[in-house]
Amino acid sequence: MSAALFIDILLWGSVFGVGLIAFRRGPPVFKASLREGSMDFINIVPRIALGVIGSGYIAAIIPQEVITGWLGPDSGWLGVATAVVAGAATPGGPVIGFSIGTVALKSGGGVPQVVAYVVAWALFAFQRVILWEIPFMPARFVWFRCAVSVPFPFVAAAIAMVIGKP
Amino acid sequence: MRKPIGWSTIIIAALVAVSAGLVWRRDGTDGVLDILTHDLSLFGGILPRVLAGCLLGAFISEILPHEKVSRSLGPKSGLKGLLIGTAFGAILPGGPFTAYPVASALLAVGADFGATIAMVVSWTLIGYGRAVAWEIPIMGTDFTLWRILISLPLPVLAGALGRFVYVRVYPTPAAKDDEI
Repeated sequence: MSAALFIDILLWGSVFGVGLIAFRRGPPVFKASLREGSMDFINIVPRIALGVIGSGYIAAIIPQEVITGWLGPDSGWLGVATAVVAGAATPGGPVIGFSIGTVALKSGGGVPQVVAYVVAWALFAFQRVILWEIPFMPARFVWFRCAVSVPFPFVAAAIAMVIGKP
Repeated sequence: MRKPIGWSTIIIAALVAVSAGLVWRRDGTDGVLDILTHDLSLFGGILPRVLAGCLLGAFISEILPHEKVSRSLGPKSGLKGLLIGTAFGAILPGGPFTAYPVASALLAVGADFGATIAMVVSWTLIGYGRAVAWEIPIMGTDFTLWRILISLPLPVLAGALGRFVYVRVYPTPAAKDDEI
């Protein structure tokens, strides 16, 4: 739990730091941004609530074994494509995503496929998109960003095929 | 930021309702309540971080010089803007509760989609936070460093593709806060 504490200290330290800079611009500036931040928070809470509670249910109907099955032994581009879908559909946080990647590596999954999986998970994991990106960012940006990112797990797999194993 | 209810929220809500229905059919009311209690405690735990993220975003959009941001990260910032976005995403501390509010603040003060995409993609692919906390312990140092090396060009490429597509999809300056 010390990592979580460290993150919280870093986070609130940054808030305090930028708050101090705003305060030195004058108390009205400080008050205005404090009010705006609080309003954003109030507006975001329902969406975060939907994201947290909702992704729990979505995760419950996508068991981990299904994802592991998709990272099968197919070593070609079809395997890469399946890995990309698996990365986007992986429920849960980084522990689950990286553990599935490790299991796939150890059980004979191809390295380019696992790279595609990890990159796709980082770019599209539905839980992070629903829980964090959509509530905080303009929706149009999120859909645009996801669409534009689609080629890149494939690019990463191609680079991995060219430069070889770690 | 955004309107409280939009199409994205409606789609997610529908998805959640269907999933909760499937869980109910499979595990009964107890299964539904188990997930609900677990997720509610998770929700309570992350609320303070969400508040911190919102405050961070609000302060940053207040103190950043708007002309300077639109010059260094705006539509005409070129490769340099994409590189600045990438570098910024790579060094940004914290988790999603800092990255997305800060990215949203940058958009609000004049960064374009391209530079912001470079920042978000860089944060998720080459940012050190998740790599140090999770990827190295679980996947090993060799794989992680090698995976990051492969990912190095991707944020700039994603940002460039974003710009290329953006000017073709939205030829006129579009409203900032519309949905989907």
